[in-house]
Amino acid sequence: MYEGAVQDLIDELGRLPGVGPKSAQRIAFHLLATDDQEVKRLVDALTEVKLRVQFCALCGNVAEAERCRVCLDPRRSDDVICVVEEPKDVVAIERTREFRGRYHVLGGAINPIENVGPDDLRISELLARLADGTVQEVILATDPNVEGEATATYLSRLMAHMGITVSRLASGLPVGGDLEYADEVTLGRAFEGRRVIGNDK
Amino acid sequence: MPLYRDDAIVLRTHKLGEADRIVTFLTREHGKVRGVGKGVRRTSSKFGARLEPFMAVDVQLHTGRSPRPGMGLDTVTQVETIGAYARAISQDYGLYTAGTVMLEAADRLVSQEHEPAVQQYWLLAGGLRALSERHHDANLVLDSYLLRALAVAGWAPSFEDCARCGEPGPHHSFNVAQGGAVCPRCRPPGSTAPAPETFALLSSLLAGDWVTADASDARHRKEASGLVAAYGQYYLERTLRSLKMVER
Repeated sequence: MYEGAVQDLIDELGRLPGVGPKSAQRIAFHLLATDDQEVKRLVDALTEVKLRVQFCALCGNVAEAERCRVCLDPRRSDDVICVVEEPKDVVAIERTREFRGRYHVLGGAINPIENVGPDDLRISELLARLADGTVQEVILATDPNVEGEATATYLSRLMAHMGITVSRLASGLPVGGDLEYADEVTLGRAFEGRRVIGNDK
Repeated sequence: MPLYRDDAIVLRTHKLGEADRIVTFLTREHGKVRGVGKGVRRTSSKFGARLEPFMAVDVQLHTGRSPRPGMGLDTVTQVETIGAYARAISQDYGLYTAGTVMLEAADRLVSQEHEPAVQQYWLLAGGLRALSERHHDANLVLDSYLLRALAVAGWAPSFEDCARCGEPGPHHSFNVAQGGAVCPRCRPPGSTAPAPETFALLSSLLAGDWVTADASDARHRKEASGLVAAYGQYYLERTLRSLKMVER
């Protein structure tokens, strides 16, 4: 145990995800040894993020205004919505530069053991966005794990009779890997989602 | 025993750090075990896909620096698939919600880590296989699993003879706190009076008589599900959180 302020800082840092007591202690002593200006920049960044950042009223992504940059961009297509679990998934998909539609962030996945049900996610907001008939396709990009699959299953069932194309991201072999090292679950999915190539007829 | 290997069912997972997961297994010989799957959340993980809830696996764990089994987390070093039930279950929302209750109940019923629970293991393995193969209605499989898992844990209900005095049945009243059917003399206030067909369905679910269970009608299935839920929650002494999401 350290005295007063140092221990308080270690305790606060230790509450952060993925930061254990040892890491918290290391970061605290690093901050103590750091130049005042650098520490002030960190404090300002923390204060600013809490003051300025909010969740987009339309899609649920992080934003610095009522609407996020993706929702405000007039060059993006309004007829495709990609549904993801978390704002960080939006960043991952944006890195691909393959998708030019809009997003919808659910805020998690259905996980009954953790007490997260459909009512705890932004599903009613998604259905409201689909009501005016503009959206022609919904891409379900929830995580490829049990909770993500179950959430996708639930959403596809809700949208089954809305006249919208509902698609799911493909899962299978990672690019650059060797086939022999793929596990049977992933390889099985790759077979299931195989596509025809070189057939122009 | 730095390294040990066992057949296991993945009960639940928690995120840990950057890319790891804490995985709770119900194993055949070592009971409930918790282990760390390192890097399994990365898409390049060799066995991340096998460490999903509902998966039946052959797992190798390392006890690490913990002085004896059960002290601290073990490390998952190898995993092979025995039954990939996760795919079929997660593709049907009804199966998913029913299956989640089964996993949560197993987690509660086997409370001590590293205490063998062979019967609970086989019961859960059979239940998940039946669920994924869709031989029977998902809610019937769930109710049958709950009744049998509670019976194995020492809370076997009686649906024929009086649960209090043993008077041979059939009886017409049911009381959760007394342990099932009760005769008119033992019937405490607040007991319910289910239909005789519901009693027959409950008996068949406990005994695994699927011919009778499959032939039951929706009204009696609903009544039986309500009684099973009340019975399970009473003896587990805590609410099964996933139970309220089951579509009845």
